[in-house]
Amino acid sequence: MLSVESINVAYGPSQVLRELSLRVNSGEVVCLLGRNGAGKTTAMKAIMGILPLSSGKITLDGVDLGKLPGHEVARQGIGYIPQGRRLFSELTVAQNLEIGMLTRKSPPLVLDRILDIFPRLRERMDQPAQTLSGGEQQMLATARALCLEPKVLLLDEPTEGLQPSMIEAIREVIVQMRRQGVAVLLVEQRIEAVMAVADRVVFIENGRNLETLDAEGLKKDPNVLRRHLGV
Amino acid sequence: MDFGPYLMLATLEGAVLAAVLALMASGLSLVFGVMRVVNVAHGELYMLGAVFAWWVTSFVGGGPAVAFVAALIIAPLIVGALAVLADITILKRLEYDPERTIVATIGLLYIMQQVTLMTYGADARPVVPPFNTRLAIPWLEWADGGLQVFWPWGLSITSYKLFVIVAAVVVLLGIRLMMTRSRIGLLMRASQLDSETAQAFGIPVERIYALVFGIGAALAALAGVLIVPIQQAHYLMGGDALLLSFIVVIIGGLGSLGGTIVAALLIGLSDGIISVFFSPTLAKIIATILVALVLVFRPQGLFGGRAR
Repeated sequence: MLSVESINVAYGPSQVLRELSLRVNSGEVVCLLGRNGAGKTTAMKAIMGILPLSSGKITLDGVDLGKLPGHEVARQGIGYIPQGRRLFSELTVAQNLEIGMLTRKSPPLVLDRILDIFPRLRERMDQPAQTLSGGEQQMLATARALCLEPKVLLLDEPTEGLQPSMIEAIREVIVQMRRQGVAVLLVEQRIEAVMAVADRVVFIENGRNLETLDAEGLKKDPNVLRRHLGV
Repeated sequence: MDFGPYLMLATLEGAVLAAVLALMASGLSLVFGVMRVVNVAHGELYMLGAVFAWWVTSFVGGGPAVAFVAALIIAPLIVGALAVLADITILKRLEYDPERTIVATIGLLYIMQQVTLMTYGADARPVVPPFNTRLAIPWLEWADGGLQVFWPWGLSITSYKLFVIVAAVVVLLGIRLMMTRSRIGLLMRASQLDSETAQAFGIPVERIYALVFGIGAALAALAGVLIVPIQQAHYLMGGDALLLSFIVVIIGGLGSLGGTIVAALLIGLSDGIISVFFSPTLAKIIATILVALVLVFRPQGLFGGRAR
């Protein structure tokens, strides 16, 4: 279980997250919703140890992530699919995946299983990541994170700029991960994508918790979306 | 001597300079490429390599060859370790900020230079080359209706100078293999391309940086060790070397190892040839004009990638 307890995070002098809390159980998909600049990506980066906490606590199965050096966080079993994919552009598909495999020294078998999910990557193993199409790049970013055999998967706007068939593929991966007991934290702008997979929805505004709803509650009262997001 | 043999001699002298320059500049380029740090103290690391080479060869017995091999191993290791220490204690604390690290490395430059002056002194001291046979080079001439081999007077190179060229080629090939084929090279390139994401995938970026800074320094020191039997060790020798390295790295493209080597050849050879036929000053003038032209018409360097 990933637990974020009243964290405060600042970029230099400007505070972005204020007393933010959330929880993701294993086998659960939690969606982080909020307007642009609400602090969704910052929350992801804080969990990954990229941004330091001014206060508060982030734990994964009891391990205090905030106390670990940055590179140790992923090794606890957190797979990160950053916004804009952030592939190692000049490295080949195989090398990008190798970096994911090295993070927790995953057995070679894992790579085969992941390439079965994304057969198109198998055909492009020796191609530099920057020469892939947008959809293929998203596949690679997802595959790279899955190489860790993660306990927690963080996805930051994974469907941004993708065609419908790719969006569906990403959704299937999320559902499959949930079935395998992975805790999934998803940042997503497209409401229908959220409604399709989320077990719970956490609304944030100006870096603060606004409301947390389960999927049932959201379906009963769709007006919540309009109130909190203006959509 | 005719023009042909004369040009050959100038080219060989230029090749020695190019070899040493390629080693030194690729250290500078590696550090900038991976860490985005412009190491102004790089010339002093070269000087330290030369000074440590003198030190090691004067304390190790067993003949010039043994002493020189010892220097070739020990000096780059010491200088590399010093650089790792400087990285951990200074650059890391500045969070590798591009501007602040320039100021910090200027500080390091003066510390290293002045400490060397206070301990080693202001003398230029030679190191005996491990071997130094004069090798005459034959030349072909058209005479009496056929090609004839003859040995022009003065056309020769020493075995040590040939060794410098070969050593530089071997080391640079090794660095290239490390970057493209080895696991540590993969981690370095990932850190170079996107340090934040690299760290989010468990790569200890700070340790990689310390290692890269150490390797860059060791390359400069190695260049220093190789040059002392030809040039002597002096506490101010880093200045010119730094300037030439910057010229090479700007022409080749900061961060591009291949470009650095091509530019080192270009600058080294043209320096050798122009110095022999005209004057060393003209060689420097042309190199500097070349830098200006590159900066105006192709700021990323001849082989540099897109600016990130």
